[in-house]
Amino acid sequence: MTLVLIAVAALTILSIIFGALLGFAAVRFRVEGNPIVEQINAILPQTQCGQCGYPGCRPYAEAIAAGDKINKCPPGGEATIQALADLLDIEPEPLDAVEGEKIPVVAYIREEECIGCTKCIQACPVDAILGSSRQMHTVISSECTGCDLCVEPCPVDCIEMRPIETDLRSWKWQQPTRQYQIIASDKEALE
Amino acid sequence: MTLWPLDSFHGGIHPPENKSQSNQGNIQYPPLPKRLIVPVLQHAGQPAEPCVEIGNYVYKGQLIAQNMTAISASVHAPSSGTVTAIGPAPYPHQSGEPYLAIEIHTDGLDLWQEPTPEINPSTLTSAEIFHIIQQSGIAGLGGAGFPTAIKLSGKIMSGIDSLIINGTECEPYITADDLLMRERADKILAGVDILVQLTRPKNVLIAIEDNKPEALAAMQTALAKRAYHVVSIPTLYPSGGERQLIKILTGQEVPSGSLPIDLGIICQNVGTAEAIYNAVALGRPLISRVTTLTGAALKQPMNVECLLGTPIQELLDFAGLDKQQLSQVIVGGPMMGFSLGNPAAPIIKTTNCLIASTAQEFPSPEPALPCIRCGECEQVCPSNLLPQQLLFFAMGEQHEQLKAYNLPDCIECGACAYVCSSKIPLVQYYRAAKADIRQHEQKLAKAEHAKQRYELRQERLRLEEEQKAAERQARNERLARVKAAQEQAAKQESQQAQSTGSISDDELKRLKIAASMAQVALRKAEKQLAVHDTEALQTQIASLKAAAKQAQDALAAAEAQLAQNSATSSPAAAPDEALKKAKIQLAMRRAAVKKAEKAETDEASLNSLRQALQQAEQQLEQLNQTHTKASSTESTSTEQKTAAAPISDAMKKAKIELAMRRAALKKAEKAGASADELTQLQLAFSEAEKNLAQVSSPNNPG
Repeated sequence: MTLVLIAVAALTILSIIFGALLGFAAVRFRVEGNPIVEQINAILPQTQCGQCGYPGCRPYAEAIAAGDKINKCPPGGEATIQALADLLDIEPEPLDAVEGEKIPVVAYIREEECIGCTKCIQACPVDAILGSSRQMHTVISSECTGCDLCVEPCPVDCIEMRPIETDLRSWKWQQPTRQYQIIASDKEALE
Repeated sequence: MTLWPLDSFHGGIHPPENKSQSNQGNIQYPPLPKRLIVPVLQHAGQPAEPCVEIGNYVYKGQLIAQNMTAISASVHAPSSGTVTAIGPAPYPHQSGEPYLAIEIHTDGLDLWQEPTPEINPSTLTSAEIFHIIQQSGIAGLGGAGFPTAIKLSGKIMSGIDSLIINGTECEPYITADDLLMRERADKILAGVDILVQLTRPKNVLIAIEDNKPEALAAMQTALAKRAYHVVSIPTLYPSGGERQLIKILTGQEVPSGSLPIDLGIICQNVGTAEAIYNAVALGRPLISRVTTLTGAALKQPMNVECLLGTPIQELLDFAGLDKQQLSQVIVGGPMMGFSLGNPAAPIIKTTNCLIASTAQEFPSPEPALPCIRCGECEQVCPSNLLPQQLLFFAMGEQHEQLKAYNLPDCIECGACAYVCSSKIPLVQYYRAAKADIRQHEQKLAKAEHAKQRYELRQERLRLEEEQKAAERQARNERLARVKAAQEQAAKQESQQAQSTGSISDDELKRLKIAASMAQVALRKAEKQLAVHDTEALQTQIASLKAAAKQAQDALAAAEAQLAQNSATSSPAAAPDEALKKAKIQLAMRRAAVKKAEKAETDEASLNSLRQALQQAEQQLEQLNQTHTKASSTESTSTEQKTAAAPISDAMKKAKIELAMRRAALKKAEKAGASADELTQLQLAFSEAEKNLAQVSSPNNPG
């Protein structure tokens, strides 16, 4: 009988000690926020365009962490979907966008038409538009993420999205086309 | 020749050298081209900014594009002439895309701006030498084109371990450095002297592959008493690679991710050494270079000293190009060069060789076969990489794996592809993968940058909003305070009005306005009702009528109250006003009497006027009496102090009367009046005195 009591007492004491330890650890090493949100946010392209239906990339990252679909980011395209699928270990889905993947663009203000209303400056999520009231505005193209949020508010429609110009410094080698000689049955399978 | 302990690097290959075609004659000087296309980017790094305008005349050696960042090199006019265009022009690049260039139409004079005196470099300080090298637009002439000034800045100030002068020229076909060393060994060594002065190395090693015995001999001869080592190294491709050469000469491996300077080693090409001599000693910027023209499609393969900006087509023609034979023009060597799309592109600082090849010489590549994992590529890789593994990762675009397998250390020498039994263009896969990785990293960096900017903006907006909210709250509080104070004041006022039973004029006005407005609204509604008769309107009118009536009633009540108030308050005001009136009447009557007397009107009317005057006087007296009575009763009811006022008034009067009597008595005395009159006056005087005493007695007892 005493043996049983000793065992019970020992286990109780141990459980109290470990419980206290765990409780302390939970308070002491508490992780602020959801770390998966940070990882998702790091994959998103940070254009802050809102095309996913959320007001910026972080809110969308939070939504994905809460279970939203991963295919709502047109600027990120298939590469982002693939990266998100790898991170979250879920099946990649085709991009959910009307126009599909877009080529990278930057905003351009036709300066002779600008009336200096500052509406686009207020709309720009990354402060890439320079100008002040009744002064001509211009886009700092190196800071522009191409989110096109400035196009809609312009009262004189003087903002357009232009494809990023490629020159030989942004040119890159392409992988060689693969022309392996294959056996007849492989060819049939391909056709 | 020095016997120097040599090490060796891993791998390497022995491709056919093909150097004998072009290294037979001397360096040739092609005619001055009519048109020079001088790109602003002839080096690795950032492009220079053009600093001339279209139509400007430029002298030979004049600065035409300035380097704006550290990793950049300025560009100088290769000959004198007029700037005719600044804009995109053909450029020697594998993409075939044009690039910003300054076009100069030469005038044939080849005029230097000013004759620069020859300088003895040993009289210059290190800073001066460095400045000259930086200003002269010198970039590595071996092929990579890294700006030389960058290599010579930073850690070199404390002196370096080894200065390596690279004369290996390991790639097949190219003989530019070979010829340069044969013909201009003294200039190269003079350039090395300048580098030694600048870097103070412990060892100076001039490395030359043993397939160039003439160059070795020439350099050895020119060496004279200098304590440099001319080292003959075994011919093996790619021994001219910077890291490979360092391994051969010092046995040290430059770690992945670091630079030779981290080991205290600087490598410079022999051509760069000559350019440094030209710049520092002769004051001539880098405007020309020695380039090999070779290939089976040329009748006379040779080396030429050509101006930068010379169109490639002109040079090939100079060497006797057979257009029928030509299959492609390769810029650079056969291992690392690229096929040129547009032969109008110019020679730039990095163009060390042009190969005009025939179809037999460089047949189009055989179709690639699947990798059989023979492992040949690993055997020859000079960077100790696993080309086979890298190929699979590159095909699968597994960037993380590629980085883990050190793809960035690949020097793209092409040894692996050269030995590949399946003819797989390995280097192209690596280049594509490297470009993808670079692009991805740039994208990530941009995303991170955008995120930071977005978050900063959000923070700023939040702070602005907070400030606004605080201001709004403060304003609201202030308004509330003012309103409360006003309300309190109004309440007090209305309380006062209620307690006294009076209504202010403002109140009355307000009520009047309300009543009239209600009336107007009612009338409008009635008009509308006349046009369209609806139930809603009728009910509205009924309510409006009630409201108007209410307003009228309120107004009427207010007016009645006001009237009552004025009625109650008038008796109090009456005595003063009546007194005033009586006084005015009296004054007027008196004036009328005086007028009538003056005008000598008849006695009757005068009498009637006098009577009226008397009447008025009486009336006034009567009023005066009532008034004093009233005021005295008032004063008795009030405090003692206020009672003093009417008494003093009476005293004043008495005193005045006394003074008047005295004056009258004195006048009479002076005028010598009769005794009767005098006594009468005296009596009156004494009476007045008594009067005064009587009046002042209650105020001044004793």
